[in-house]
Amino acid sequence: MNEESKKVLVEPLVDNNPITLQVLGICSALAVTSQMTTALIMSLALTTVTAFSSAGIAFIRNHVPSSVRIIAQMVIIASLVIVVDQILKAFAYEISKQLSVFVGLIITNCIVMGRAEAYAMKNPPWESFLDGIGNGLGYSLILISVAFIRELLGSGKLLGIDVLPLLKDGGWYVPNGLLLLPPSAFFLIGLLIWAVRTWKPKQVEKADYAIMPAHGEVH
Amino acid sequence: MEAYINLFIKSVFIENMALAFFLGMCTFIAVSKKIETAVGLGIAVTIVQTLTVPANNLIYTYLLKEGALSWAGLPQVDLSFIALMACIGVIAAMVQILEMVLDRFFPALYNALGIFLPLITVNCAILAGSLFMIERDYNFAESVVYGVGSGFGWALAITAMAGVREKLKYSDVPPGLRGLGITFITAGLMALGFMAFSGIQL
Repeated sequence: MNEESKKVLVEPLVDNNPITLQVLGICSALAVTSQMTTALIMSLALTTVTAFSSAGIAFIRNHVPSSVRIIAQMVIIASLVIVVDQILKAFAYEISKQLSVFVGLIITNCIVMGRAEAYAMKNPPWESFLDGIGNGLGYSLILISVAFIRELLGSGKLLGIDVLPLLKDGGWYVPNGLLLLPPSAFFLIGLLIWAVRTWKPKQVEKADYAIMPAHGEVH
Repeated sequence: MEAYINLFIKSVFIENMALAFFLGMCTFIAVSKKIETAVGLGIAVTIVQTLTVPANNLIYTYLLKEGALSWAGLPQVDLSFIALMACIGVIAAMVQILEMVLDRFFPALYNALGIFLPLITVNCAILAGSLFMIERDYNFAESVVYGVGSGFGWALAITAMAGVREKLKYSDVPPGLRGLGITFITAGLMALGFMAFSGIQL
């Protein structure tokens, strides 16, 4: 694998993460992260769809007039999502019930559309495929870290297996119910963004206004 | 009648699209810097939601549902797997039509909403409205009420968020949290606030 492909694959993990920096694909990141299982399945589904739709769109990019490109992209993405949805219903029915509408919502997940517009329309299929995988993995990374914290501390389990024995079953751990509630995902992602930006100060946004230095302070 | 009022209140407050289901979050975070633009986008979402949910309801009931094609002599056909494609198609078409109608008859409104309309096609709140309608088996009247309610709820949420953010920009936020990070945490606090509605039984 050459330098360029590696960069395309690795960059979206932290340096250009779709969730924490590009602000794409947040809806599902918040809604499916109360358990590891759903988060893993969702990550897998999204990575597959992004990779294949980017590759597909890159294949036809030179033959589609720009006025109808959104519809063409939508058709490709929607077909892929229908395939994923049907596969999930056939092989993992329980999980597909839990994910409910969120599999369908991959169609409007901004990561898929965003990468199609920003990358696949300008680059050859193989690179677009890698870019799709890379961004899918960047999304998965955030999703899985959030789900890990929420499931471990919220219900004392990981992937449905007891890790921290709960007080009500004779153990010692008192689960934190807040982490099972949806708003906790907001806080966790906010804190994750803080952590990432402390690590990579380049990503810090500029302030709109600066606090005026106090009177008499010397600068 | 009472059932419809209940459904409306439920879809605006208890099951708020943005703050209880986290739908349309990308636009919710990206376009909530100013109250004016947030209100504009909110109105656009409400209009599109009011039109697409009932339209998708009709298409689903009379074309796609299992046995829905019996009026055409095809009682065995079940096209429900294609609902995703149909819904997104209807939404894209509806947004396009709305854009043309506004441009022709209400130029002032068109100028105000202009840039937001294309964005709505990829707003997941709109698609989710249709998918929830299918999942919960709403009839036509219910789908109209649900469309209006969920669109209005989303508009309410983004307007409130923009109000908070307009004040927030003057505050001294730690560098790493600036912008996106603090917005997430604010949204989380707002979602906690909206959870107060969740105990209400209608």
